[in-house]
Amino acid sequence: MDSEITLRVDGRRETLSVDTRTTLLDALRERLGVTSPKKGCDHGQCGACTVLLDGRRATSCLTFAVANDDSEVVTAEGLAEEDEPHPVQRALLDNDGFQCGYCTPGQVCSAVGMLDEAKSGWPSYVTEDLDESVELDEDEIRERMSGNLCRCGAYANIVTAIREAAE
Amino acid sequence: MTGATRATSQGPERVEGRAKVTGTAPYAFEYPVTDPLYLHPLRAGIARGRIASIDTAAAERVDGVHTVLTHHNADALNPVGDPELAVLQSDGIDFRGQLVGAVVAETPEIAAHAAGLVDIRYERLPHDSEFRDDANIVYTPDADASPMLSPDLERGDVDTALAEATHTVDVTYTTPPEHHNPIEPHAVIATWDDDGLTLHDSNQGSHLVRDLLAPLVGLDKERISVIAPHVGGAFGSKGMPHGHVALTVLAARRTAGRPVKCALSRTQMFELVGYRPPTRQRVRLGADSDGRLTATEHDSLEQTSRFKQYAEQSASASREMYASPNRRVTNRLAALDVPAPTWMRAPGEASGMYALESAVDELAVRSGIDPIDLRLRNEPEVAPVSGLPFSSRNLVACLRQGAERFGWHERDPRPGTRREGDWFVGTGVAAASFPSLLFPGSLATIRHESDGKYRVEIGAADIGTGARTALTQLAAEGLEVPFEAVELRLGSTEQPNAGLAGGSAGTASWGSTVVDAVRAFRAEHGSDPGEGVETTAGAAGNPDLGKYAMNAYGAQFAEVRVHADTGEVRVPRMLGVFAAGRIVNPRTAHSQFLGGMTMGISMALHEHSVVDERFGHVVNHDLAGYHIASNADVGSIEVSWVDEHDPHVNPVGAKGIGEVGIVGTAAAVGNAAHHATGVRVRELPLTPDKFLR
Repeated sequence: MDSEITLRVDGRRETLSVDTRTTLLDALRERLGVTSPKKGCDHGQCGACTVLLDGRRATSCLTFAVANDDSEVVTAEGLAEEDEPHPVQRALLDNDGFQCGYCTPGQVCSAVGMLDEAKSGWPSYVTEDLDESVELDEDEIRERMSGNLCRCGAYANIVTAIREAAE
Repeated sequence: MTGATRATSQGPERVEGRAKVTGTAPYAFEYPVTDPLYLHPLRAGIARGRIASIDTAAAERVDGVHTVLTHHNADALNPVGDPELAVLQSDGIDFRGQLVGAVVAETPEIAAHAAGLVDIRYERLPHDSEFRDDANIVYTPDADASPMLSPDLERGDVDTALAEATHTVDVTYTTPPEHHNPIEPHAVIATWDDDGLTLHDSNQGSHLVRDLLAPLVGLDKERISVIAPHVGGAFGSKGMPHGHVALTVLAARRTAGRPVKCALSRTQMFELVGYRPPTRQRVRLGADSDGRLTATEHDSLEQTSRFKQYAEQSASASREMYASPNRRVTNRLAALDVPAPTWMRAPGEASGMYALESAVDELAVRSGIDPIDLRLRNEPEVAPVSGLPFSSRNLVACLRQGAERFGWHERDPRPGTRREGDWFVGTGVAAASFPSLLFPGSLATIRHESDGKYRVEIGAADIGTGARTALTQLAAEGLEVPFEAVELRLGSTEQPNAGLAGGSAGTASWGSTVVDAVRAFRAEHGSDPGEGVETTAGAAGNPDLGKYAMNAYGAQFAEVRVHADTGEVRVPRMLGVFAAGRIVNPRTAHSQFLGGMTMGISMALHEHSVVDERFGHVVNHDLAGYHIASNADVGSIEVSWVDEHDPHVNPVGAKGIGEVGIVGTAAAVGNAAHHATGVRVRELPLTPDKFLR
């Protein structure tokens, strides 16, 4: 069964007809040619498909496209300005916070979403004082970024990069 | 040899960095192709036997299904010596999950749905998937098995030396099957049209893929293009093409030029693209009262598959590591009805050095000698078995500098005596070694473009190593032009032939090729070359090959905390100090070491593919069940290296760095866990239950 939906993707308005079984990730990658979000596991376990969905980080493989009619999707590609990468991207470049690059767009979107969550005072598992504003130390960043796997093992550099970008 | 170099962000940023952080660098499955079809593989549901019948009628009736491929209708492939590539050539089943067909359809959803409608009936035969030491399944691998070492080695009289030794250890370690799990699944787009066969493929060497596929499908090499400029991690699992590539090519042959896209699922990757085989390793060491080794014995048993031999020879780690007048090394294989193992980051060294370096720590505890001191006392003057001098060997410097940096001298050697709150705290050390290899035969083209830039083409692979950036640097350095004046192209058979990204040999093999090709270009065209002139050349042979033993070394230090009540193991701090010749790009080299150590922590604490022997498959076949280190599992990791000048190893002077970082990590963590708790776990991974027995 097909349904017509409209998405805003990185600022562009896209109307398309999708199989109701199509995930948001596959709609982006296979139907719209937006391949910045990556497919690593298709089970929400690796985080490579993370996008900002209506402003919040989400694994786009775990939601059907048809359930996201009229949604706003921002990918790592959309976060960069024409000439200048987003501060999180700049910090990853400065700190070599990636190697093969396949998990990286997901790390970028996740970090941007996470910084916003922390700013809004959302606690994490390692937050000790739930009444105070969140201080993003290394343990907080590690915990909050653990939904994004990096098999090349760039975590130490990713944490440094996000600390820099948070400042 | 001077002081340690603290890794900082020196060296140029990755050439493709911007494209990677925005997600615009195209990986295999992302190439825009016109009107593609999608392939969903069919896999065997039994571990051994044959297909009695396969009913595809219901699948073929689904709207949008183009083809259902089985052994009944697949084209014949020519034998090329790799049974993994002989897909759909018979009704036989050698392991559970084997490729037995494919549904090709207009969309991935239709293909997946229709694949579920194919009814396969089997004739089962008894299978054996239980890894164990049993004469019925154990044999000695062929002498020419990887890595081209004879499986057995005997020097002196080990038994007498052990009987007469002051201190001995006799211990057995086990390591489990581990899966590479690059975050980019194996993927290929195959297009077979009037121009021939084009593959956008995720691999570690496009030329190798082409050279294997050409005879398999009976096409001239010139009619096959393999393109892979960006690869989302590999770690050995994309070194050789696996069955899905052959399957996709078979499908593409019957779609009248329409591209066929195939990406394996994470679960399929646990069956179809190799793994690090489990090992059982017995290590016996004998030492005199000063801690000098008089006997070293290392016997390894590893799993292989019955249908395809793979031997990585973990016990060979003990051939040349330490001086020992008496030495015995044996490597055996247990052949089972399981998928074929393959190279995984430091194949042999990662497992073998885990056992050796853990045993050395046990000897240190038994003899009361500090583990660093014990290693220093057993440092060989020349390579122990071959008798060759080392081209350079700075293990001692790595250990000494690491000890100082890590604060080793404050360590109280008594195990199980430090507790902070609920946590037992300990520190451990292990040595690392990895051979410095060079694959001959690569070619590079240097071309002076009309815009004044130099284009360098070499069919190398950048699987995340930073090869593209390091080779650009070496070309710019040789040409004496700015980094920005060189445009380097790699990853495709459109470029001159190059060996695969493996054995940590990329910078040595391709780098030497680029250096010599630049030299040839300047010799031919001078310092002011005309527009459009070019030179293609390879590397001259290394006259020092065979005259020296060539290895990279390292020292791994770990701080480990083990929770007193739950047995949870944490690694808050690691330090690795390496000696690997010239470091071409400190920024990306730092990441290579860091990544190896991080995967080593993962190997130490988490990774274990659990086989259900009743069915012959891996039970925890996704990233929820198979745990790889996440961000919160990794603490502070410091990486440094000693300044090492090696004039013999290759024209670049660089040793391989992609694998040595994982070697010894698991031993350092295990040794630290013992120091923390007094419990010696000899079975990876170091899960909490093993500290609570």
